Amino acid sequence: MNFDPRYSGRSFTSVGTRPIRPDGVDKVTGRARYGADFNMAGQLVGRVLRSPHAHAKIRKIDTSKAEKLAGVKAVITAADLPDLTDGDAAMYDILDNCMARTKALYDGHAVAAVAAVDARTAKQALKLIEVDYEVLPHVTDVDEAMKHTAPLLNDAIFTEGLEEKPVKPSNVTKRTQFGHGDIHEGFGQADFVVERSFKTEQTHQGYIEPHACVANVSSDGTADLWVCTQGHFVYRQHCAQLLGMEASKLRVTSSEIGGGFGGKTHVWAEPVALALSRKAGRPVKLVMTRDEVFRASGPTSATSIDVRIGARKDGTITAAEATLRYSCGPYAGMWAEIGAMTAFACYKLENVKTVGYEVLVNRPKTAAYRAPSAPMAAFAVESAVDELAKEIGMDPVDFRIRNAAQEGTRSSYGPVYGPIGIGPTLEAVKSHPHMKAPLGKNQGRGMACGFWFNFGGQTCTDLNIGMDGSVSLAVGTVDVGGSRASLSLVAAEELGIAYEHVKAVVADTSSLGYNDMTDGSRGTFSSSMATISAARNAIKILRERAAQTWDIPVEDVVWEKGHAIAKGEKYGNLAALSLREIAAASGKTGGPIAGHSELVADGAGVSFATHICDIEVDPETGSTRVLRYTVVQDAGKAVHPTYVEGQYQGGAAQGIGWALNEEYIYGKDGRLQNSGFLDYRIPVCSDLPMIDTQILEIPNPNHPYGVRGVGETSIVPPLAAIANAVSNAVGVRMTHIPMSPPRILAALEAER
Amino acid sequence: MAGVAVSTTINGDNFEYLCQPDETLLDVLRDRLGLTGAKEGCGTGDCGACSIILDDRLVCSCLVLGAEAEGRRVETIEGMAHGDTLHPLQQKFLEHAALQCGICTPGFLIAAKDLLAKNPDPTEEEIRFGLAGNLCRCTGYDKIVRAVQDAASVMKGA
Repeated sequence: MNFDPRYSGRSFTSVGTRPIRPDGVDKVTGRARYGADFNMAGQLVGRVLRSPHAHAKIRKIDTSKAEKLAGVKAVITAADLPDLTDGDAAMYDILDNCMARTKALYDGHAVAAVAAVDARTAKQALKLIEVDYEVLPHVTDVDEAMKHTAPLLNDAIFTEGLEEKPVKPSNVTKRTQFGHGDIHEGFGQADFVVERSFKTEQTHQGYIEPHACVANVSSDGTADLWVCTQGHFVYRQHCAQLLGMEASKLRVTSSEIGGGFGGKTHVWAEPVALALSRKAGRPVKLVMTRDEVFRASGPTSATSIDVRIGARKDGTITAAEATLRYSCGPYAGMWAEIGAMTAFACYKLENVKTVGYEVLVNRPKTAAYRAPSAPMAAFAVESAVDELAKEIGMDPVDFRIRNAAQEGTRSSYGPVYGPIGIGPTLEAVKSHPHMKAPLGKNQGRGMACGFWFNFGGQTCTDLNIGMDGSVSLAVGTVDVGGSRASLSLVAAEELGIAYEHVKAVVADTSSLGYNDMTDGSRGTFSSSMATISAARNAIKILRERAAQTWDIPVEDVVWEKGHAIAKGEKYGNLAALSLREIAAASGKTGGPIAGHSELVADGAGVSFATHICDIEVDPETGSTRVLRYTVVQDAGKAVHPTYVEGQYQGGAAQGIGWALNEEYIYGKDGRLQNSGFLDYRIPVCSDLPMIDTQILEIPNPNHPYGVRGVGETSIVPPLAAIANAVSNAVGVRMTHIPMSPPRILAALEAER
Repeated sequence: MAGVAVSTTINGDNFEYLCQPDETLLDVLRDRLGLTGAKEGCGTGDCGACSIILDDRLVCSCLVLGAEAEGRRVETIEGMAHGDTLHPLQQKFLEHAALQCGICTPGFLIAAKDLLAKNPDPTEEEIRFGLAGNLCRCTGYDKIVRAVQDAASVMKGA
């Protein structure tokens, strides 16, 4: 299609304004339909039976009593989901995670499911299912799991990435390494070296809407699935493969989504609901409880990280090294690998080495959580950077400015950077009024930087122009936080019409080509690129229709501000034709006018942020209070600045919760002890101050409007910024996240 | 189990329904009456997504039995706007972009309405503590607090 995605430096009319979102009224009136708000005639209620054991062999499952209970229409086990993964190890893990096949691998692992006429009958039926378990030794701690004496989760796993192929199986699935230069030489040049070990606990994405779906499988082999997801096309592929269907026979409609943050990029309940519906011959609605959400979905990795950084007296970092161990749950992942890539991405380093270890534990399968793996690595690195600045006697901002990566810097994970925002965010922080706000007793200020790659990916968009000149925009990236407003702005900008005349919807999987899911901060980046491309294709047709109407060559027709204009003095008497006029005549000039786009949105610009945080610590109780918080981040171009601010504020708030409170607490029995919002405490309104934001716009050269992803980077710096603030407030280096009151008290007492 | 016959008022309209003795008011609203504006985020009264007003009192409808609504007045998000005119809180939530995913929004609007009914001129701290029973995971609360402040000043002037 000859689409040119390069940044053009144009000026904007619609992009950069702040209109009300198109899905807003439905959401403030309660009419918006989320996963659990949809029902089908004759639907059954699905419920899942879950393992109470962290690690157990499943000897036998007897479902006969449950099947005989009046009102039960289907009972399934792994036997009803035969292995159709054909050697695809990643898909096999997904299948096994949806329904345990030979072993239950964590507290909450699904082992059976029922569909019944109502919730009460379904619950009763679960109690009638008899599972004969052989309980096995378990391990939930990432460091413990790496020991040779640890119980093995999977004896077919031998660590990949070692120089010599290991002879014994291990819980470490893979070792990865990144970097360049010679760190031994680099440390040899250092006048100061800081070396520290850090731990972070496992957290959950904490979306308020539990996973929910309605599945309807017909006996003709077709099926419909209504589901809250970040990626309905990906869900379709996974479900179709696991159930042995052709993808085109399964239509997946994404509901409004009540938060995802990476946690709704994986199937859990959906293949189960489809299998229940197939067996029962009726629609099945399956909604997770909050307890199930915590025990069986999400969460992040728990980590253990060693960092060593050396610098000369003048403040130049000479070498940096990190070893990162990330828990994956019971299945192989690439979480430590991502951590190892991001750890030192903010800095210009001659000698750098990072090593990641993926570790299996008896916890739920790790899922993506907003810039997955980066916050923990940044916590360790940015804490050590702060400590090193202090040892050298430099201001922490100046120290970072001196070592910040720039355009042309070879990143620690390989690629050479284009124009990037780390330096500008640091300069903005240096001159920010927040840095001069007075601090009182027991109060401390901290700052930290963060990086995220961002992602583009496969994208498909349809733009249809109605005969009244209004525009329907069908996108395939699920709207997780206002992207329909942003994409409508982009369509309006490109076509030269008013925002109000564009209506964006998220199309189902049967109405649009494949789209990758909304992850990697790609929603607005990639779908705006496809929308621009689709609009340009529509404009080409609009120009052709005008040329046809005027009977002049199309090359003489240009598109400006929503109008076709005949260029050249010889056409002086031809009045411009508006989009609306061309659309009204379309029936007579060649039929409907539309623009389509199918592309891979390459060139997602990397993103950097710097955060500042002021904290007060009560030395008697160890409790903390966030006094002030400021986010400075590069957006490339803020399409709808209010929603960009919202992404900055939301990521910061999630980071604050992670830093100060949130953690999975497992008992010695390997069972999760805090599977509810009362005991897994996310920040509430009274925990937080206003969160100040500053949007920088350093255009992404690979997007026509300069857009970069904005959604994820904001969760990367908070853990470190807050740890630095707490450390500055109490004079003790905090090395374990979350910094809950007992942990702060323990750190204070250890120092006394 | 025999159903309980309940007669109640929801958003000013009379309703009669049969429910099970152990059925929550949230389940009755959502599954029997089709009023799905109140959401179930936790089922244990911790998230506030199912907030409603029961006889002038803010409650989590997941902690109230359907049978307890007998003879009482229930207000839900579906009754907040008058026809096509939004309540000032709804309008200000839109203008301030006080929602991202929107799942918590009905609960926040009901809780904020209750707060302003009892305290028409709240300080920022009073708003923050007044809404502390409602969880939002997307916004960091900044824009929610600003929307409520703005709505309060509009409503005072009205």
